[in-house]
Amino acid sequence: MATTKKLAASHAEAAAAGDVSSAELLCYYRDMLLIRRFEEKSGQMYGMGLIGGFCHLYIGQEAVVVGIQSVLIPGDSVITSYRDHGHMIACGMDSKGVMAELTGRRGGYSKGKGGSMHMFSREKAFYGGHGIVGAQVPIGTGLAFSHKYKNDGHISATYFGDGAVNQGQVYESFNMAALWKLPCLYVLENNKYAMGTAQARAAAGELYQRGMAYGIPGVQVNGMDVLAVRAAAQEWGDYVRSGKGPAILEMQTYRYRGHSMSDPAKYRSKEEVAKVRSEADPIDNFRRMLLEKGHTTEDALKEIDREIKVIVTEAAEFAQQSPEPEISELWTDVLVGA
Amino acid sequence: MPIDILMPALSPTMTEGKLVRWLKSEGDAVKSGEALFEIETDKATMEVEASDEGRLGAIFVAAGTERVAVNARVAVLLGEGESAVAGSATQGAPVGIPVAVAAAPTPPAKAPPVTVAPRVDDEAKFFAKASRRTVRDALRDAMAEEMRRDPGVFVMGEEVAEYQGAYKVTQGLLQEFGASRVIDTPITEHGFAGLAVGAAFGGLKPIVEFMTFNFSMQAIDHIINSAAKTLYMSGGQMGCPIVFRGPNGAAARVGAQHSQCYASWYAHCPGLKVVAPWSAADAKGLLKAAIRDPNPVIFLENEIMYGQSFDVPDDPEFVLPIGKARIERAGRDVTITAFSRMVGHALTAAETLAAMGIEAEVINLRSLRPLDTETILASLKKTNRLVTVEEGWGYAGIGAEIAALVMERAFDDLDAPVVRVCGADVPLPYAANLEQLALPQPEAIVDAAKSVCYRS
Repeated sequence: MATTKKLAASHAEAAAAGDVSSAELLCYYRDMLLIRRFEEKSGQMYGMGLIGGFCHLYIGQEAVVVGIQSVLIPGDSVITSYRDHGHMIACGMDSKGVMAELTGRRGGYSKGKGGSMHMFSREKAFYGGHGIVGAQVPIGTGLAFSHKYKNDGHISATYFGDGAVNQGQVYESFNMAALWKLPCLYVLENNKYAMGTAQARAAAGELYQRGMAYGIPGVQVNGMDVLAVRAAAQEWGDYVRSGKGPAILEMQTYRYRGHSMSDPAKYRSKEEVAKVRSEADPIDNFRRMLLEKGHTTEDALKEIDREIKVIVTEAAEFAQQSPEPEISELWTDVLVGA
Repeated sequence: MPIDILMPALSPTMTEGKLVRWLKSEGDAVKSGEALFEIETDKATMEVEASDEGRLGAIFVAAGTERVAVNARVAVLLGEGESAVAGSATQGAPVGIPVAVAAAPTPPAKAPPVTVAPRVDDEAKFFAKASRRTVRDALRDAMAEEMRRDPGVFVMGEEVAEYQGAYKVTQGLLQEFGASRVIDTPITEHGFAGLAVGAAFGGLKPIVEFMTFNFSMQAIDHIINSAAKTLYMSGGQMGCPIVFRGPNGAAARVGAQHSQCYASWYAHCPGLKVVAPWSAADAKGLLKAAIRDPNPVIFLENEIMYGQSFDVPDDPEFVLPIGKARIERAGRDVTITAFSRMVGHALTAAETLAAMGIEAEVINLRSLRPLDTETILASLKKTNRLVTVEEGWGYAGIGAEIAALVMERAFDDLDAPVVRVCGADVPLPYAANLEQLALPQPEAIVDAAKSVCYRS
């Protein structure tokens, strides 16, 4: 029986008040800010011609991945689409390696052969980085299958957007995941626009209910509030890990930048974006809460800001200094053992 | 007048089946539409209904009889006052009609008898101890042996478990390995192909069965974009050890949507290996190699070959190298390359040619990516003439690739232009005569070989 809830009650206050330590809260702040600054730097470097091709920025959505990753344990699988820089950083992948992949250099996670949309880390159980909208959903479901097959207690966090949710393969995956009770936590990042198409123009019905027919519980979560995300991820991550089958978390979020760097964003008003930024920014609001509740001080936050600035600057420098791939790399990694 | 009851065909490729049991006894009254007996083929078990009223006279084929040929007389139905006299029945169309099959299709002509030339390479030593096996059983044995060897190997697909395989290739695997390793999927090729790729990324070794490769078009995004490209896109981190297998190409009278050859589609793509076995030994040795391979392997079978028998080595370590062709018949006058079922046609053609004094060398390609270019070029150096054979369309096909290869690398070895024998450039027709015309026949191979030898 599907239990679907519209807007899970804000867990933020309960979480902030009790079960999460101040140190952990500062980690979330730090991770969100690192993603924000990393993406801003990526945008700059794209503008300077140092990054080519497609580059999809995660700015505005940081609370989603940081909140979800906060409840995962090492060995849990993570997979997402092409808007993936934030996920890699939240998985603990090195900013230098990610940025050097954006610049197409040999120090990148894929030795410069993948680019913005295609990075992986076996060590951090990050399985990409996929460029075909929705294709990561059956693959993530297969990672969940492998956890169940191996009975290793891990789950698969499978991220996808409000555009992917209309792909048929998503429902093929839901069916099998529910049928076989696979430990898959589906994280539907609803940033309101599938490229240039607003949700209302592309998707009928409520997205968190899209698993109902399969008996997959779905909840809608304030994805601009890292503690609300964390609380929902905790509850439904536990559910998935306990062997009850998959669950869907619809994250209500928003991307500030265009779909990709070349997006003129004519499909929405500047006022709409400005309103979300001023009223619902996940980092600004969280920062204010940390100070108001006495979890930290202005000085401590400034220290974090400085630390992040250094990390991002070093990543950008590394990404420019790392050489281009060897010419011989053209022919490697086509087949294992070839 | 007594009416013969004949063994019906349940499918276009059925040539024989087992008469499992009689549901009526001699002397029983039979109404039209009543089930008379039960038959079993490699694909299905079905009841056969009477199409006329009467009384069951003599039963000629006892319950439990195996390998009853299609159209063999199994019993006779008597009208009022008639008595059973063996051999007195009229000849005619089969009276028994299988349930749920609208009309018993005419069974195709049997594939030509298979003659395997003496092995000349180091495979020979494995054949000291060999057993006669069908291609179907060889495939099943390969999977079973590899599943015993590696607990990460599992099989998934439509009807692979409870049903025992749509073509019975996975027969018995569920019983031996259980439902966690032999997994029936919903009819959802795109989804389960992607799921299997994820399982491979997660450290398992999936064998994905497509009921036919025609259905792999639903899943081709995951085969190419997810399975074949990810190793490269990840800088070598994310290998995908997976086998996609199933029958490829035309079966018999199943129409255009179920009769396409995908050899050149998949062979086109870097990041994949593509193999196409012909004999049961090929099937076993190559499937074991495919399962052990750390890369995605497309394994193209052929439904018509499933029931054919060949010698297969008993040694479980008989594993054939992917990327090596096999010379099935040595010859000095013309080289014929073929793969899958067309190897049999090429060998048949070679016998005809030999009677004309033309000795053809028949190369069973076995592997289409990588292609064993050295074996092809070495043979051409000897014969100076080349005919390529494939069941699929010629345009941008395997033959086109081989023709380009020899033009680029062995131009001076050619004494005649390469001739391609391939399927007609049309969607495969249903009508028996048109289908026959659309698919390469041994006669076309004979003609092609004669033309490159400038013989009329």
